[in-house]
Amino acid sequence: MLRTFRIGGIHPPENKLSAGKKITALAAPKQVIIPLSQHIGAPAQAVVKKGDPVKVGTLVAKAGGFVSANIHSSVSGKVNKIDNALDASGYKRPAIYIDVEGDEWEETIDRSDALVKDCTLSSKEIVDKIAAAGIVGLGGATFPTQVKLLPPPGSKAEIIIINAVECEPYLTSDHSLMMEKGEQILVGVTLLMKAVNVNKAVIGIENNKPDAIAHLTKLATAYPGIEIMPLKVQYPQGGEKQLIDAVIRRQVKSGALPISAGAVVQNVGTAYAVYEAVQKNKPLFERVVTVTGKAVANPSNFLVRMGTPINTLIEAAGGIPENTGKIIGGGPMMGKALVSAEVPVTKGSSGVLLLTKEESVRKPMQDCIRCAKCVNACPMGLNPAFLMKFTVYKDWEKAEANYIQDCIECGSCSYTCPANRPLLDQIRLGKGKVMGIIRARKS
Amino acid sequence: MENKLYVSPSPHIHGGDSISKNMYGVLIALVPAFLVSLYFFGLGALIVTVASVFFCALFEYLIQKFLMKKEPTLCDGSAILTGVLLAFNLPSNLPVWIIAIGALAAIGIGKMSFGGLGNNIFNPALTGRIFLLISFPAQMTTWPVAGQLTSYTDATTGATVLSLMNEGALDKLPSLSDMLVGNMGGSLGEVSALALLLGLFYMLWKKIITWHIPVSIFVTVFVFTGIMHLVNPVQYACPCVHLLSGGLMLGAIFMATDYVTSPMSKSGMIVYGVGIGILTTVIRLFGSYPEGMSFAIFIMNGVTPLINSYMKPKHFGGK
Repeated sequence: MLRTFRIGGIHPPENKLSAGKKITALAAPKQVIIPLSQHIGAPAQAVVKKGDPVKVGTLVAKAGGFVSANIHSSVSGKVNKIDNALDASGYKRPAIYIDVEGDEWEETIDRSDALVKDCTLSSKEIVDKIAAAGIVGLGGATFPTQVKLLPPPGSKAEIIIINAVECEPYLTSDHSLMMEKGEQILVGVTLLMKAVNVNKAVIGIENNKPDAIAHLTKLATAYPGIEIMPLKVQYPQGGEKQLIDAVIRRQVKSGALPISAGAVVQNVGTAYAVYEAVQKNKPLFERVVTVTGKAVANPSNFLVRMGTPINTLIEAAGGIPENTGKIIGGGPMMGKALVSAEVPVTKGSSGVLLLTKEESVRKPMQDCIRCAKCVNACPMGLNPAFLMKFTVYKDWEKAEANYIQDCIECGSCSYTCPANRPLLDQIRLGKGKVMGIIRARKS
Repeated sequence: MENKLYVSPSPHIHGGDSISKNMYGVLIALVPAFLVSLYFFGLGALIVTVASVFFCALFEYLIQKFLMKKEPTLCDGSAILTGVLLAFNLPSNLPVWIIAIGALAAIGIGKMSFGGLGNNIFNPALTGRIFLLISFPAQMTTWPVAGQLTSYTDATTGATVLSLMNEGALDKLPSLSDMLVGNMGGSLGEVSALALLLGLFYMLWKKIITWHIPVSIFVTVFVFTGIMHLVNPVQYACPCVHLLSGGLMLGAIFMATDYVTSPMSKSGMIVYGVGIGILTTVIRLFGSYPEGMSFAIFIMNGVTPLINSYMKPKHFGGK
């Protein structure tokens, strides 16, 4: 019996169209737009100004607080301007525009393909290098990695859990990375284990990627303490709390951090970025992005420089199909619908999904028939139908008493609803309101 | 790229489930029981079912169109389902005019007066049945003897298992195998436990319902009547007879599991099922009515909002 999380969950069609496609490196475009907010937390502060020359890997913005991350140039050239730019959030926010000239890298970066296994650095030095490289959670949440590696006082990490489930339909960036950079990922995991002082790590991979499971299992024999755990395919297994439940059978309490269960969870792409940062001195300025969709000519996995406009990627995958209705940054369950194809690739871009017009339109909402399918689907054990009702009636007290703030916004409820009710839309609204009330009460 | 893009919050895909898919799924699950009723009650079963479906659909259409002044939603299948379920709860010799009154009570009072599908407190088909049971007690409690294929209102009637039990005539009960197949008197859709169980498995397979409500009703009735049977086997029939007789199977599988009027959490469903089981047994064994299933479900329908607010789903991470 394969393990999975124990409450709720759904199984949408996987549609992994780009599975098995090799990672293709895309050349840098003519101009990149590097937003200063590519992570959760305070925006980074620009340390370059108009006209400054930069190389690939040059620090262009430094972390703007404890929960924040450095940002590096992904190209060589000149800073054109620092101005507001439309990003994946749909808002115009400060970004650094860099005109590309040549492809000159910082000399400190080791550009060879040779695998570097040994590391003599201390935990602190590893964490510092990760912070300097501007690494954030690459699964999409973009939480600064170094913060997660410094457990709050009084808590102790027991295990590193690597999130390689890639439970979002369509996306294959992590899958392709595991097939091509398996050894580097395992070194990265070893570094993460060293950083938090644990001797055990589990890489959780959903069973729909048997090749990746076999590949990593074979390689892992040379890396003591790392176990590869195949998991039953179930969405949202990539949710941090769900993955911890699946792998070590512990449920993080409402409002608590994963570390309270002794676990530090990192994405498999993050582990690769950690390898590159620590062993190759390479900051995070490029990542693997899946470009996919049923109407896309060549669904692909690209290695992309941050700041590349998304339409450059779409062109490389065969162009925008005629009947495109929606462009999504990320997967179909939790991704963001983009307002334009001009927005740049950032650290959190795991994929670009193009839906046809027919796929994009929601069906009309009907009255709730209390079928409880949303209740059975909710991985947090909530009652989405009631949470929506509390939000509509602005009954914040009841919403809070029914744990609206525990919602992880996975969308399983809306996906399941036979009456096409926008459950998550309303719950998100109510959650924001209740979080505000809780914050106001605390201060 | 000048054409406009849709922008909406996630999720961007939908599973494709719909209200009508679920309603038609339940209707498919009712097909075996309908075929059995045709086999045992022939013409009468056909007339009653067609009349009930016709009047339920008609009243839903008229009320939505002319009283509520909104687009009729006949296609969602819920009125048809109410019609079939109401028919299954009626004797196969019931005159059409009484069926029309039952349909009006079911759709008009049970469903539309609350605002339509999703807003009703009580199961519409049950509302119709109970309305008729109280208004026309004589017609509603004389059931034709099975096997009269060409007769309708002129069918010979006879005692049912429950009325025999109520009279204490345990020695006259039909065999368990006849009860399982449905070769006995009763409302037209309730007689064949086998056909109804087939429907249950279909609905479980299609994930239309979960096992919690029917199984908790079965277990409760079995345990409660089993204890009473052990205490006094002469007065109280064995638990298998209780499970296979009257409207228990039909009620537990198709009436109590009605989405709108049953609890949403699994623990709530079990409380609800146990409640129905206890009430049914109490009415059957100690009440003056031979059958208690309708009343038990009806009462627990009323308790459902309370159950919903106390019995919450199992929360991730515990309390």
